[in-house]
Amino acid sequence: MKLLRLTATATLTALALTACGGEKIGETPAAGGSAPAQDCGAFNLAVNPWVGYEANAAVIAYVAEKNLGCKVTKKDLKEEIAWQGFGTGEVDAIVENWGHDDLRKKYIDEQKTAVAAGETGNKGVIGWYVAPWMAAQYPDITDWNNLNKYAEQFKTSESGDKGQLLDGDPSFVTNDEALVKNLKLNYKVVYAGSEAALITAFRQSEAKKTPLIGYFYEPQWFLSELKLVKINLPKYETGCDADAAKIACDYPEYVLDKIVSKKFADANGPAYKLVKAFTWTNDDQNLVAKYISEDKLSADDAAKKWVEANPDKVKAWLAQ
Amino acid sequence: MPSLVKDRRRLNRPVLVGAVLAAWVLIWIPTRGLDTLGLSPADLTPLHHWLNDVNDTVGANRNSSPFFLYFVNEIRAAVDSFVTFLQDLIAQPSYGRPVPVLGWLGVVAVVAYLSWAFAGWKPAVLAAAGFVFFGLQGLWEESMDTLALTLGAVVISLLIGIPLGIWAGLSDRFHRLVTPVLDFMQTMPTFVYLAPLTLLFLIGPASATIATLIYAMPPAIRLTAHGIRSVPRSAVEATESLGATGWQKLTGVLLPLSKRTIVLGVNQTIMAALSMVTIAALIDAPGLGKTVIKALQTLDVGTAFNAGLAIVVMAVVLDRVTTAAGDRARRTGRPSRFRRPLLAVFAVAAGVCCYLSYTYFWAAEFPDDVSIGSDLSKGADAVARWAQEDLSTATEALKNAVTYALLNPLEALLVQSPWWLVGAVAVLLAVLLGGVRAAITTAVCVALLIGAGLWQDSMTTLAMTIVATVMVMLLGVLFGVWMGRNRLADRIVRPVLDAGQTMPAFVYLVPFLALFSATRFTAIVAAVVFAAPVAIKIVADGVRAIPAATAEAATAAGSSAWQMITKVQLPMARSSLTLAANQGLIYVLSMVVVGGLVGAGALGYDVVAGFSQGQLYGKGLAAGAAIVVLGIMLDRIARASSPSKGSNHP
Amino acid sequence: MTTETVISVRDLWKVFGHKAELVPRSDELKALSRRELIERTGCTAAVREVSFDVAPGEVFVVMGLSGSGKSTLVRCLTRLVEPTAGQVVFEGEDILGAGKRRLRELRRHKFSMVFQNFGLLPYRQVIDNVAYGLEIRGATKTQRLRRAREVIELVGLEGYEHSFPDQLSGGMQQRVGLARALAVDPDVLYFDEPFSALDPLIRRDMQNEVIRLHREVGKTMVFITHDLSEALRLGDRILIMRDGRQVQCGTGDELVGAPADDYVRDFVRDVPRASVLTLRWVMREPRPDDVLDGPELGPDVIVRDAVRTVLAADRPVKVVRDGTLLGVVTAEEILTVVTDVEAAA
Repeated sequence: MKLLRLTATATLTALALTACGGEKIGETPAAGGSAPAQDCGAFNLAVNPWVGYEANAAVIAYVAEKNLGCKVTKKDLKEEIAWQGFGTGEVDAIVENWGHDDLRKKYIDEQKTAVAAGETGNKGVIGWYVAPWMAAQYPDITDWNNLNKYAEQFKTSESGDKGQLLDGDPSFVTNDEALVKNLKLNYKVVYAGSEAALITAFRQSEAKKTPLIGYFYEPQWFLSELKLVKINLPKYETGCDADAAKIACDYPEYVLDKIVSKKFADANGPAYKLVKAFTWTNDDQNLVAKYISEDKLSADDAAKKWVEANPDKVKAWLAQ
Repeated sequence: MPSLVKDRRRLNRPVLVGAVLAAWVLIWIPTRGLDTLGLSPADLTPLHHWLNDVNDTVGANRNSSPFFLYFVNEIRAAVDSFVTFLQDLIAQPSYGRPVPVLGWLGVVAVVAYLSWAFAGWKPAVLAAAGFVFFGLQGLWEESMDTLALTLGAVVISLLIGIPLGIWAGLSDRFHRLVTPVLDFMQTMPTFVYLAPLTLLFLIGPASATIATLIYAMPPAIRLTAHGIRSVPRSAVEATESLGATGWQKLTGVLLPLSKRTIVLGVNQTIMAALSMVTIAALIDAPGLGKTVIKALQTLDVGTAFNAGLAIVVMAVVLDRVTTAAGDRARRTGRPSRFRRPLLAVFAVAAGVCCYLSYTYFWAAEFPDDVSIGSDLSKGADAVARWAQEDLSTATEALKNAVTYALLNPLEALLVQSPWWLVGAVAVLLAVLLGGVRAAITTAVCVALLIGAGLWQDSMTTLAMTIVATVMVMLLGVLFGVWMGRNRLADRIVRPVLDAGQTMPAFVYLVPFLALFSATRFTAIVAAVVFAAPVAIKIVADGVRAIPAATAEAATAAGSSAWQMITKVQLPMARSSLTLAANQGLIYVLSMVVVGGLVGAGALGYDVVAGFSQGQLYGKGLAAGAAIVVLGIMLDRIARASSPSKGSNHP
Repeated sequence: MTTETVISVRDLWKVFGHKAELVPRSDELKALSRRELIERTGCTAAVREVSFDVAPGEVFVVMGLSGSGKSTLVRCLTRLVEPTAGQVVFEGEDILGAGKRRLRELRRHKFSMVFQNFGLLPYRQVIDNVAYGLEIRGATKTQRLRRAREVIELVGLEGYEHSFPDQLSGGMQQRVGLARALAVDPDVLYFDEPFSALDPLIRRDMQNEVIRLHREVGKTMVFITHDLSEALRLGDRILIMRDGRQVQCGTGDELVGAPADDYVRDFVRDVPRASVLTLRWVMREPRPDDVLDGPELGPDVIVRDAVRTVLAADRPVKVVRDGTLLGVVTAEEILTVVTDVEAAA
């Protein structure tokens, strides 16, 4: 019982002490009431798992919240699941879409739950790359015709007696097996399996000066760390990739665009107008991506920094 | 007469197995490359197309089918509101407040109080320290989100799992029925059902919780059933002889006497749920997993490590608390005289802390000026960078040695053999080792692998699985014997094992990739890191469980340490070794998909790609099923050949 | 007869295995040995064609080596194991026909059982273990605790009411088991090798306890053991089993005096015959030269108790019942038994 009394006294003392010192919850007015009282409502923004996308999403979300007063919910989702979300009403917008003709067909043409909302202004490039040191040491490697000459160098424990072509992120479409076969290259495609694996491989290649050739793409934040050099494959011409098994040309340039849910578009609210109007350059995106990946800013801080430096561009989006 | 037959078989078995393997190699030489049933990553079979169509049909009908409207949506709503309630309670700003209902002080106090009440002083101190550590890491909110989600999944798992476990404990028929289903739930890669789940249950806490509980429920069912089944026959009989009804038997004997095993099931369920944290983050599950995944996008090893460490700490805290609670459940004897008043006093104290954390900011939001998170990140970064720069030459050599000496020959044999040759060898081995039933299972499995259209990928994955399991067993025996013989070693190594088991693979993928490149070997190493701890623990426990009298007799006979290990401890721990191999194998298989992310290719890559690209969905599903089939096949052959099983069927 | 038997067992069979019920129906299969049966059908016959009666107040012992089917037999009597064929009549009722509910009634009120491994509930205190049977049949808390205290006193466990089973020695744990069985005040107590797990000294104590209890409460008891001396000490009558079959059933001196076959003979070889056999088994026909005016003794006097009289007498001792001369005993017969030289049958 003595113990009981002791504890009671102690807690009462603690209570009394804190009553003077602490800031009470609910006494201060709720923060964030400064946003313009506009009828924007909820805005569900999918965030696909790569930094370039995150840069787009960060800036759009920032502007939507600060300038339009929307309640933005970011949802971290893989592309396929984000597209599914249009149908279930849980996703309003995807703000960097790489082609995905199959998904377009399924959700825009067949299920009619999604609609395209214009280009982002970014150009996507897919191809085969080598680390800068290789391009400097073997300048002719950038021509695909010379690749067989170097196959020996690219041999690894995974590729047997052929050169290794490191393929990548399973999210991206790859024609590489067909390319290797149709260009009669003495290479074997090895599936790294993730973006992290690709980036690590290129990093190590540059650091250790080990030969490596692999699949990569831009815009990508990693290119601002290490300027990979693209191999020139036979030029892309419309229709040269019509038959998947016979492809013998480079990847097409992707025009990255935005996709929104049908409902979101039909409502035609301020958030939709912002998404539709949003457009910027590869450099813009790379900069914000760099803030996030290298300077370790939060998405919000990175967006703020860019928005404050580029008021004109933001004004242009909002003007429409 | 029967004993004679058995003896002859035992004598000949190794010879026959050797003969079969030799014949395999001999036939392989002229037939290599024939009928290997290869399928390139982008190609699909009709089955895969059909699975795609099924998936699309589900998606297209979700708004009109009554199954969705009245069943799935109801489940979704219930699970969602339950988990959201937990989040509101401890993790997310809620009810118009800028902070959750309970702040850090309240949560720490409640956790410490419950740990003390159920487990004792030591676990309580550990729990309080662990939870304060989350705050110090700067990950309070993320940790609470993870905790809320884990608790939600665990509670639902137990609500469903324990009754099912009781049923399986009482009914042989149901037990036989449910076991393969549980095997399936545990070995089917989560990636396969993640996307369909979001179709069924939408994006959000419900899907994440359901994905988690699919994986976390089997241990609760298994261990409850096991507990019920291992209640001493005599106690059950005594109760029956007194004229007890079924219900009296259950509540009077079966449940009380299996309490400890059931608590172990709770413990395993929690661990399984925590191991899903990162994967659930892929469908927008809040919490630490998201931090890990985000960090991986920028290859930020430090941040990923910091969040991974929080997951490890949470796992260790929950493990120690539930284990201690389980031990206490077994202990009999009267509680101390002070217990009742102390319970009341501490309840009041915890209540006060809750009130404070409800009312004051300082007790609600963890102060962020004392963060050590960034230091931890930097430290981890530095270590990772050092390893990548200074170790990678040595590790590269190790990788090449294992790949060229072991993996490549094995893979060549498996992958380049005609399918009928591998199938015949597998069935023959099953006959020799296990008998006709194992052989039938094996034959069916072989047929399924071919039917899935993924024969060659399955063989590639099988080669890696075998190499990884062999490495797991080597480590298991090496460390297990050491820890079994040496308590101090056990105490030092065990936390490391816990970390290996619970640290999300995504955290160490990047350093591993730097050390071993994107290769099959990296995938093997990742699997070994995850699977070796469980094998080591099982072997250590097995060695320690050898009766003191036996060890004494051997010592008295003048055995050296080496003789002791090879002649007494290992042979006597044989059933543990079998179990370790079995569990090691299952754990290795559950890392096949992670392997796909770091260069393993084959089935793991198929699953990952199926998750990422709609048109590959069906193939990913088939690949997931192929992993399950591989697991069943290996498990059945291994189990049939294990010596602990009697070979006479009555 | 029915009024004088509590338990009457007729042609009881227990066969384990697939389609076990066919075995007792086939004369061909019934005739097979256990091993032959396993090889032919894969079935194991644990109890084969056993019949016996137990009288009220009797201590009936079933004895046999491990694997002889005795534990299965006792479980068949309470239907803890379901018999394959035959009849078990308990107080005039064939319990093999009893429904689930009736069977529970019987178990709750008519018979209870003491187990080799005690079967105590480790998380319950002694008193709650003892009261368990009463709890199951729905007695109120005060009732069952009062009764439990009585029984605990009866078995000599006062002061241990609030201990947990694992704090007690094996002997004391079995006292708890005994108390639990007694608490429900059954008509019949079944003992399944209750003392085999105990030390010899404690075993002796416990046997005395059972003898005392039997004297005090006078219950009918069916007692399973593999220990012949225990059987002889406790049993009014003993049933010897081998490979599931009953070999011989009779009192102790009948078994020792007239073993039915070599198996029983082997069994009783080491028994101190003088303390089991009665004069009935050692007396001989009077010879013409015998002087028949010596002291008289009854035929049921145990040899050990007759030694002094016989050796002291200088002429043959007459064995007499109701005035009829059954035979005579001299020092020669007595010494043969006492020095344990096997008598010619």
